[in-house]
Amino acid sequence: MSAREDVLARIREANRGAGAPPPPDVPRDYHRSGDHPPGAPEVLALFRDRLVDYKATVIDAPADGVPAAIRGALAQLTGPVVVPPGLPDDWVPGAVVDGADGVGTLSPADLDASAAVVTACAAACATTGTIALDGSPDQGRRALTLVPDVHVCVVRADQVVQTVPELVAALHPPHPITFISGPSATSDIELERVEGVHGPRTLIVVLTDAPTTSA
Amino acid sequence: MSTNLGMPAVAPPGVGHLRGTQSFPDAARGALADSQLRRNLGHATRVIRTKRASVVAELPDWEQLRLAGEALKTATMARLDEHLERLEREVTARGGVVHWARDANDANAIVTRLVQETGETEVVKVKSMATQEIGLNEALEAAGIAAHETDLAELIVQLGHDQPSHILVPAIHRNRAEIREIFLREMPGVDPALTSEPRRLAMAARAFLRERFLRAKVAISGANFGVADTGTLLVVESEGNGRMCLTLPETLITVMGIEKVVPTWQDLEVFLQLLPRSSTGERMNPYTSAWTGVTPGDGPQTFHLVLLDNGRTATLADEVGRAALHCIRCSACLNVCPVYERTGGHAYGSVYPGPIGAVLSPQLTGVEDNASLPYASSLCGACFDACPVRIDIPSLLVRLRAQHVDAQRARSVPSAEALSMAAASWLMSSPGRFAAAEKASRLGRLLGRSAGRISTLPPPLSAWTGSRDAPRPPAETFREWWARERGTS
Ligand code: SF4
Repeated sequence: MSAREDVLARIREANRGAGAPPPPDVPRDYHRSGDHPPGAPEVLALFRDRLVDYKATVIDAPADGVPAAIRGALAQLTGPVVVPPGLPDDWVPGAVVDGADGVGTLSPADLDASAAVVTACAAACATTGTIALDGSPDQGRRALTLVPDVHVCVVRADQVVQTVPELVAALHPPHPITFISGPSATSDIELERVEGVHGPRTLIVVLTDAPTTSA
Repeated sequence: MSTNLGMPAVAPPGVGHLRGTQSFPDAARGALADSQLRRNLGHATRVIRTKRASVVAELPDWEQLRLAGEALKTATMARLDEHLERLEREVTARGGVVHWARDANDANAIVTRLVQETGETEVVKVKSMATQEIGLNEALEAAGIAAHETDLAELIVQLGHDQPSHILVPAIHRNRAEIREIFLREMPGVDPALTSEPRRLAMAARAFLRERFLRAKVAISGANFGVADTGTLLVVESEGNGRMCLTLPETLITVMGIEKVVPTWQDLEVFLQLLPRSSTGERMNPYTSAWTGVTPGDGPQTFHLVLLDNGRTATLADEVGRAALHCIRCSACLNVCPVYERTGGHAYGSVYPGPIGAVLSPQLTGVEDNASLPYASSLCGACFDACPVRIDIPSLLVRLRAQHVDAQRARSVPSAEALSMAAASWLMSSPGRFAAAEKASRLGRLLGRSAGRISTLPPPLSAWTGSRDAPRPPAETFREWWARERGTS
């Protein structure tokens, strides 16, 4: 018997031996949606609060003020800024674009030598201060938002849901999905939280309070 | 069959880290004498308990989430074969390759062969309980492949030539000064002016590992969840070392225990709330990666998933004990356990320490190979209250004790140990009885003051000390200590 058949047979035998318990119904009476719709002022206030608690920086921007907000976020940095191919052209003038048509061209060393990356996001969750990326053209492949030391992420107000179930429902495999809650951190030394280990050490969120038109 | 006794499908001996070289009481004696260890553990578990309590209190629907988590796990186990077949189909359809491993030896051979086929002689690793369980690093080393741990705590353990002592914070037994010493001694090129400030230590690890990430061709990970209906694997982490390993190399090999499958993507809405709050005491951990097979142009272009049994089906065969398979490895039960807090993880002799280890390890190996672990508890019930998927660990412990005694009885004339374990089992299954006997056993402390151990306990525990000596009980019993610390008993 192959290992596969062996293991499956053992599972069936074990379930039979344990009295073939039927699967119980799963009670889903936990909060499956928030008290407020996506982008409501209460939701945005909570989102801001959670991000700040995780030592991320939040910059508010009007719909037409995204390029200026990004400029402000990058003001202190020197070195190349990298962006995914689908980011609106006017957001980061002069940025290095990571290839086109979903094929990245920058090497890990190129990414390591860059000062920052600027992306959009797929969805966000206020209760946990979480941003989700799904590899869409305005977010790029995963390495792009991992290796640079500063990540500037533009979040549209209407992308911010209140609860985790709403966040999970907004995301769809098979896209590779990355949930980001603050900059990387460790608590491995005496349970003391240290922000900034291998992922970007700085996370700056540009929160725009009206939908932007995609380029 | 109703128990796993005598089942051939337990985790094999001689490989991996599920069996200690000493019984729990013997190993615990050394740990209890180490005051530095107890200080480190006491501090760390106190910090994490406080954090967990505050973020759990934020969710008004916490109990509903726990009930949903419990039901989801129970339902998954009832159809485990179907969910695994679905997972296999979806992963394969998305360009991944699925392998099945009956046990540690199978899994180690598969992973070793897969690495050898890439021609590489080093791999980077994401912290993974399953690969520790099967002793993968040792198997790779025997084949001339160097496995570099990349989680900070795992790195501390690996550089310190040490064993992990906690599921989530494997170096919880080390304090900052000890970590600094390990780095200065073992980390090539480290700044000799390194201080013991946690930030400086973390930055030293970042610098040390960065180059390894950028050049790595093969990564090995575990998985927190495998979603059957989409074929998606998830790794939940904090530091970004997971993202590095899951993203930059060309080949990714993931070893996942078969019990980690969840039926649907939607089910993550429960577990992604339960896990981070219970483990690190955060609303959400910094990073969670979810990938499905191979994505052209993004991340590893070769993906292997190794599905591991290694005693899990033997555990599944027991209608009560199978609940140990529901564990999502959050470590909350360790952090609230008065026994773990005093002995640390090494005393359990397995990669799974604490209350969950006391019920999981003996089932994976067969109870005779970890016979003392089901007694490594005062049955106070704190583990059940903390468990995000409501595993009734005290009931599982009592059942394992009974199975151990049955096995002894079946073997021949019952030994003194078996009789005393039976007595202890009767005693410990009632809080009132146990408290009274524990108080009585404190008399032994007076008797044993000079030797640090005693050779007689009051009945019915005396049958136990007749065949082995017991460590001198602490001045307070676990229960008294618990009542003083928490204000409840
Ligand atoms: S048994 Fe429960 S509390 Fe303990 S590690 Fe597993 S899930 Fe967490």
